[in-house]
Amino acid sequence: MYGMGILKGLGVTIRHFFETYAEDIRYSGRRYFGAKSDFSERQGIDTRGVYTVQYPEEKIAVPERFRFVPFLVVNDADHPEAPGEDWCTSCGICSKVCPPQCIWIVRGEDPVTKRPIPQPEAFYIDTDICMNCGYCAEFCPFDAIKMDHDYELASYDRTTYHIHDKARLSKPFSYWMSIAPTTANEEARDRGSWEHTDVVKEKKKAGRSAIAYTPTEDPAEVLALLKANAPKPEPEPEPAAASSTSAAPAAEEASAPAAEAVDADKAARLAKREAALARKRAAKEQSGE
Amino acid sequence: MTDQMLAPAQTGTIENAIAFLKARFPDSVKDDARSGYSGVVVDKLRLVDVARTLRDELGFDYLSSATAVDYLGVSDHMEMVYHAYRTSGGPALVFKAQTERSNAEVPSLIDVWPGVDYQEREAWDLFGIRFAGHPNLKRILMWDGFEGHPMRKDWREAYYEEEHKPFDSRWPRGYARRAEELNVYGRNVRYPDDLDLGSLKSDSAEESLYTGMGLGIDVSAYETEGIKTDKLVVNLGPHHPSTHGVFRMVVTLDGETVLSLEPVMGYLHRNHEKIGERNAWLHNMPFTDRLDYISSMSNNLGYALAVEGLLASGARYVPPTYRAEAIRVLMVELTRIVNHFWAIGFLLNDLGAFFTPALYAIAEREKILDFFEATAGSRMMCNYMRFQGVAKDLPERIRSTANLLNDRVRDFNTMDYLTELITERLPRAIDDLDRYLTDSEIVRSRTIGVGYLPPEMAIAYSTAGPLLRASGIPYDVRRAEPYSIYPDLDFDVAVRYNGDIYDRYLIRLDEMRESVRILKQVLPRLEKSHGESIFSGNKAIYMPRVPVGEAYGRVENPKGELGYYVVSEGDPKGPQNPWRYHVRAPSFINLTALGAMCKGHKVADVVAILGSIDIVLGETDR
Ligand code: SF4
Ligand code: SF4
Repeated sequence: MYGMGILKGLGVTIRHFFETYAEDIRYSGRRYFGAKSDFSERQGIDTRGVYTVQYPEEKIAVPERFRFVPFLVVNDADHPEAPGEDWCTSCGICSKVCPPQCIWIVRGEDPVTKRPIPQPEAFYIDTDICMNCGYCAEFCPFDAIKMDHDYELASYDRTTYHIHDKARLSKPFSYWMSIAPTTANEEARDRGSWEHTDVVKEKKKAGRSAIAYTPTEDPAEVLALLKANAPKPEPEPEPAAASSTSAAPAAEEASAPAAEAVDADKAARLAKREAALARKRAAKEQSGE
Repeated sequence: MTDQMLAPAQTGTIENAIAFLKARFPDSVKDDARSGYSGVVVDKLRLVDVARTLRDELGFDYLSSATAVDYLGVSDHMEMVYHAYRTSGGPALVFKAQTERSNAEVPSLIDVWPGVDYQEREAWDLFGIRFAGHPNLKRILMWDGFEGHPMRKDWREAYYEEEHKPFDSRWPRGYARRAEELNVYGRNVRYPDDLDLGSLKSDSAEESLYTGMGLGIDVSAYETEGIKTDKLVVNLGPHHPSTHGVFRMVVTLDGETVLSLEPVMGYLHRNHEKIGERNAWLHNMPFTDRLDYISSMSNNLGYALAVEGLLASGARYVPPTYRAEAIRVLMVELTRIVNHFWAIGFLLNDLGAFFTPALYAIAEREKILDFFEATAGSRMMCNYMRFQGVAKDLPERIRSTANLLNDRVRDFNTMDYLTELITERLPRAIDDLDRYLTDSEIVRSRTIGVGYLPPEMAIAYSTAGPLLRASGIPYDVRRAEPYSIYPDLDFDVAVRYNGDIYDRYLIRLDEMRESVRILKQVLPRLEKSHGESIFSGNKAIYMPRVPVGEAYGRVENPKGELGYYVVSEGDPKGPQNPWRYHVRAPSFINLTALGAMCKGHKVADVVAILGSIDIVLGETDR
């Protein structure tokens, strides 16, 4: 009969209409006041009808692997040994693998010897150009650059505000653990430790053991592990370095000449070790006074 | 065309076909002897004859791709590269015609394969190769007053920095600056010396402009048999809600009836291929996301296949593992469903059913995108495939932890989610859409018999995908030249025979059902290969050494055949960049048939016909 097709179609529409309300009634209230997990079901695979999230009042948490403009991982401010220290060794791989070439790095340099040291002097990402591809995080050999979850970057001025500098890019390790616990665990497992690859090597050289990887999703637990493992005679961290999460440790200047190495990476690693030793020396001197 | 006329040459192998050609044209057809290259080089003077022989005697009726390469500095010539296929399946016969760089000219093949029309215009526009015999050779992607031919190797773009990435200025002394600071916007465009802006404007209204466009409107001829009727030239677009982007159609109307139609494109052109040739190999992967941005996963796959085609001649190449291939197929078939939901939803928009069907359709898409986001990190710009594998394994759980104010967290087991999605939700949604629209009298009366494309024309115009298959040609790259694990999978190539909008709608439903069928077979394969590696190489290598040669990787994208023609000239110590990176975009080539399909229909049908081709401008304009 002519018109049956339309009627059938209208039947579908009306079902959608009622399903939406039925779901709303099922989840009423809980949507606004209930436990967060209720929402999980509402947004689940078997929900019916139309489901809407009232952005910006409501937001769906993005999945762990979600990638938005990257940030740099640094040690937490209350890290017992090297608070606020960059994980980045300024090896330059991320800037090379970046497809639109929006990462700009000034490699750290020893002021006296002019040798590269494994800390970036400056680090910029032009977020207007960044295409959120995630390569930098994927190929960084030091797990030092990570894709962020904070996607609300709108601003009034694009010319300066959108070039993120090192201070703006740096976020503590505990933040990384909080947004992507699974990935952070996988990476720590691969490194064999909750600490930076280079620190693990340094400690091995120095005859100490780094904090072995134990699965946990709580950054506080990792910090506690670090504190428990910190050398006992070591004094409290220097106030200057602890004051900011992004400031490069002041002890950097005392860096000793690095070994003869053409390979920048190798030089970087060596210099990092020197820097760590120098820091310890400086700390000792301070405590001796 | 009976069986006894089907000479053995029509079905023989590529080698036989090449031998046949060489015997027929002993002096003009030579093997392409360069290392890593295949096919034949044809003397351009005999190009049209060779093409005719290929089509009529050897059965290569389908010209998939025609593109140019500039070998400046290598052998200093220009080259047109053609990939011809048989619609009965099988690999390509690649033939090339070479010409000198100055006054580059090659005969047009438009009389043999009309589908070469836009591709030759593109080669003229971007490479400056003239095609003798092309009736309408003018720029297609760049604007009329543009100077130069940007894909030539010696042409430099506005914010030119270096020939190849990575740029030296980024590390180790990378003090950030914006390109605009060095080269102020507005001063970064070069104009031809003899450009007279006045000549681009039209004083006498439409006349000069549209005569210039080749439409040849002659106002005096508008008088027909004593009745004075005006023919109108109307621009549909570029800003028009139904053009699916910035796209323009110049239509000549007699009343409401379309007399002729010409698409005008290029508004979204960003010289994707030039960027691709500045990029290193891996850099291009996220850029392919931005072609057909509805189906980024399958764009990724096409590019990965093309580069793997080159890598395969290297010594250390290991093909992707079974799990990697299974994940790839999972992703691209989900993408097909995403795309077809989208296409059907927006076709209904174009028919005037504003957004209700579209929203029902794309609500399902959300569920798939949630999975993409949890796996690849992004909903649309997935950047998920890698050469020899995929970027990451499927996560154990699709999981979000709260990290912003008001976050609503989610946590599902990935395989449960997928199983529920594939076995319950998607089939239900497809049936729902079917019930909703297929029998609707309005849909039927608007679409049946409208925009008819006969099968022989569909082949001649090089159309691909649902457009070709709805015209009765069961040609699907997944079967015609199988890749990945498709040979293991049981599915049918959907085909419909009426070649109108309605069939193009139905075939998308068919294809979604076939995709679900494939996905159901992929799920157990994923379970079984759990724990297997997803990458068969050294994952840390970000500048892979790509052996010299050429490769054409093609996949059955939701919108049609997506091909990548890549050439590597890389010496092992030099920069590792593609010498040539060409995208055979289905949206672009399918548009060749638009004018023919619209002739004689009403204006409102034009919109629906365009919707039934299913184009996306990111890919059309590149
Ligand atoms: S790849 Fe990692 S360590 Fe190297 S410069 Fe980039 S962020 Fe720093
Ligand atoms: S996400 Fe991609 S584009 Fe953005 S900084 Fe990292 S590598 Fe560059």
